[in-house]
Amino acid sequence: MAVSSVQARTEAFFAERKAESNDRLRKVLIGIVVVSLYPILDQWLGFGLLGSLIPILMYALLAMGLNIVVGYAGLLDIGYVAFFIIGAYAQAFLTSPNSFFIRQGLVPGFVQNFWVAMLFSWVLAAIFGVLIGAPTLRLRGDYLAIVTLGFSEIVPDFFTNAAGITGGPRGIGQIAKPPAIPLPGDRSISFSSTDHVSWFYLLLAVGVLTLFMVTRLYDSRMGRAWQAIREDEIAAASMGIPPVSTKLWAFALGASFAGFAGSVYSGYVQSVYPDQFQFSLSILVLSMVILGGIGNIYGVLAGALIIGSFDRILAVKLTIPLNALGRQMESWPGIFGDLGSFFATHSLTADRFLIFGLALVLVMILRPGGLFPSKQRAAEMKGDDDNFEFDDYETNQTVRSARRKEA
Amino acid sequence: MSATAERESMLKLNDVHSYYGQIHALKGISIDVKEGEVVTLIGSNGAGKSTTLRTISGLLSPRQGEVLYKGNNIAGTPAHKVAGMGIAQSPEGRRIFPRMTVLENLQMGAFVHGKVDPNDLARVYDLFPRLKERVSQKAGTMSGGEQQMLAIGRALMASPKLLLLDEPSMGLSPILVEQIFSIIKDINKQGTTVLLVEQNALMALAVASHGYVLQTGQIILQDNAKALLANETVRKAYLGEE
Amino acid sequence: MNWTLFFQMVIIGIATGSLIALIALGYTLVYGIVELINFAHGEVFMLGAFFAGTVIGLTGVTSENSTIQIIGTLLLALLACMVFSAVLNAFIDRVAYRRLRNAPRLAPLIAAIGFSFILQNIAIYWKGPNPLIAPKILPREFTQYNILKEWAIFGGYFDDKFIRFMAKDVLVIGITIPLLIGMSWFVYRTRIGTAMRATAQDREAAALMGIDINRTIQVAFLIGGALAGAAGMVALIYNNSARFNMGFQYGLFAFTAAVLGGIGNLTGAVVGGLLIGLIWAMSDGWMPTVVPGWGAQWTNTVIFSILVLVLIFRPAGLFGKATTEKV
Repeated sequence: MAVSSVQARTEAFFAERKAESNDRLRKVLIGIVVVSLYPILDQWLGFGLLGSLIPILMYALLAMGLNIVVGYAGLLDIGYVAFFIIGAYAQAFLTSPNSFFIRQGLVPGFVQNFWVAMLFSWVLAAIFGVLIGAPTLRLRGDYLAIVTLGFSEIVPDFFTNAAGITGGPRGIGQIAKPPAIPLPGDRSISFSSTDHVSWFYLLLAVGVLTLFMVTRLYDSRMGRAWQAIREDEIAAASMGIPPVSTKLWAFALGASFAGFAGSVYSGYVQSVYPDQFQFSLSILVLSMVILGGIGNIYGVLAGALIIGSFDRILAVKLTIPLNALGRQMESWPGIFGDLGSFFATHSLTADRFLIFGLALVLVMILRPGGLFPSKQRAAEMKGDDDNFEFDDYETNQTVRSARRKEA
Repeated sequence: MSATAERESMLKLNDVHSYYGQIHALKGISIDVKEGEVVTLIGSNGAGKSTTLRTISGLLSPRQGEVLYKGNNIAGTPAHKVAGMGIAQSPEGRRIFPRMTVLENLQMGAFVHGKVDPNDLARVYDLFPRLKERVSQKAGTMSGGEQQMLAIGRALMASPKLLLLDEPSMGLSPILVEQIFSIIKDINKQGTTVLLVEQNALMALAVASHGYVLQTGQIILQDNAKALLANETVRKAYLGEE
Repeated sequence: MNWTLFFQMVIIGIATGSLIALIALGYTLVYGIVELINFAHGEVFMLGAFFAGTVIGLTGVTSENSTIQIIGTLLLALLACMVFSAVLNAFIDRVAYRRLRNAPRLAPLIAAIGFSFILQNIAIYWKGPNPLIAPKILPREFTQYNILKEWAIFGGYFDDKFIRFMAKDVLVIGITIPLLIGMSWFVYRTRIGTAMRATAQDREAAALMGIDINRTIQVAFLIGGALAGAAGMVALIYNNSARFNMGFQYGLFAFTAAVLGGIGNLTGAVVGGLLIGLIWAMSDGWMPTVVPGWGAQWTNTVIFSILVLVLIFRPAGLFGKATTEKV
């Protein structure tokens, strides 16, 4: 009973989704065209925001990857930054002249190319995903979350402490950038850190590629298996979906995209050091996924845009009028008290923790599916309890099994 | 004992509808339990018997209908308050506290009173001598039958006016089943009104004065116990006769 | 091998360990009842430490005052911190976790992570991002007081070059032990403690016994918070400083302790706390003299590895299931 119902519901859902996805594809293509015209607009209107958009695009890459793990497979990974570090350091090890491995002559010349190294980093992060995931994915959801956090603390500690290989706290510099692309005539597209336009398009291309791959994955057999496991692991297992290896795929693929993002990142900033990668980055990306709409890739992209632009643009820009306001308020201490001087000197960049903490809490309480929920996920995150007041886990279990029986 | 019109109604359900999420589990249940009676709800698995008890005891609040206890509507009252009104339940699956001793479990049963009444304890030991032998054993390590006794004994420690028993014969050996039912009779004789949910319809109807037959959330038959025992539908569906 | 150093680290380890045990109890109490890893617990501890600084500062009592005044102030601050953190913890439960009791298990965990960040940011607004220095309330003679050297019963054999058993260590242990006793008395001997244990074992059955589940859960958050508040004040005095991000490390170490002792198991949390404290002290102070290339920078790695390994291989804790009663 339970088994066939999961199958039937899943298939019906996928048929419906296929129709939606064609409609979506058109919108997405329009979106991509609009975004890709942005640099022209930016230059034309003199916004000068292109440099800030690059990290936001990287956040989007990370958010899409984490969405596979958290949104699709339902595994709470709060140490996602671990794989980002691995990708970034892999790129550094493979391409920097300061790299221990290059100095030992262990890296063949062709691998030292940015693009080739990126592929290696991608695969390497996936391998680490398997290594870390394989023993841990059997654990219950909350324990898994803590284990991922543990790893994400151990990994940067290792890079800090194994100074002989990793350069310690100062890290590794002079990481390769993408080789310049020659154009007809004498010109070429180069990728130094100030070439915002070329980086913008590079990241956009990588982002679109990722988006394409991730949506294809979700519509594949694997996507269906993730969904089944997430909804009801036991029923899915009895349908012949192996729970651990299905989760492992999600975990490893998610890890691989973080590695991918990490390698591009280290090529962009050209130096990596452990302090760049803290727990807060994992949570920053998690809050994008959750705010945007857990499981809905477009929602997740919106989440990345909202939180990323606060983090990178708005916090800085809005501080200026806030400080100005504060200085005005200081003239009336009778009304505003110390608030004026607080506003006059306060920088909104100091509020990042507050913002993504609030995002997590408020979304969970008020709109568990996120701002742009995937229908399915929203219902799951909410639980089943519109109607009975007793706050109880057991009761929920009863409800779930009753639901299964009914269906 | 047969139901008589003069008795006061202790518990009355009027057109009660309960839901689990979207699932309509009880579709308009009305029952009447008079003071001093044993009333039984019989029916197959998933008919809504346990849901009815959960609705009475406040673990579930009905979306519609009344639960009148001694004339007051207690529908939607949280479980801990219902317990304080003198309704005790021995729940489905026993649900004893596995890491507490037998004595501690019995003490938990008297939680509504604040402290244990030695008379209640003596009465429980008297009804279940086995529990007395095992006072200091961890409840989770006892056999299923012993746990069942403990669950009933624990409910009795509240010295309830109304005792809700959910499948007390579940998983017990035939001898133990006989024992449990004779104890239910004793409890009733000592003055406790009992609402008994059972799959073992034969035994249940033998101790009860009145019975209700549930099917998919509705009452399809009700009568005094003797009449139900004679009823052809009941005999076919619930007593396993062809 | 340097035995003096070894035993010195044992003393420090026990002092830090009892601090961690206080925090670990908060994780284990709450997890035992609602199966939630209260990720914000470390921040409740940290704010307790900040609050201690404020309260002591407000009284204006310093090391110049009389001994009675100093002890009185410390007790007052301890009590204030416990109340403050208890209320804060219960408040978080009330506004966030309680609404999520029926949601999937991960929803309250995500909310807890969110709260942990919110509280860190509040701490920054309150005291700034730099370490807060503890008010000078303990007289210098007291902080420098070496019991082994000063007390006559030790016959004057020990000087400061030998193991130092500082009055400060005694202070930490002396605050912790009564709290532990008080808490086990509460859980095992009082009516509401009994209700907590019943609720932890079977929530619905407990409700049928007449136990108000929401109130009982609230009490668990209050007690957990109170212990974290006490730990916060002790940490401020012991370490002489506190910082907005200290809750993360202490919190995770304490969570490791709780997991090590079997989460939900009160005795286990205390034993786990002492173990983690000892490991911490050994890795920081003693291992560098024994293992070439070892340094305090590896401590985090060691403890997080323990966390990961225990969760993977012994999720029920070192002592498995068949031990003392859970909450």
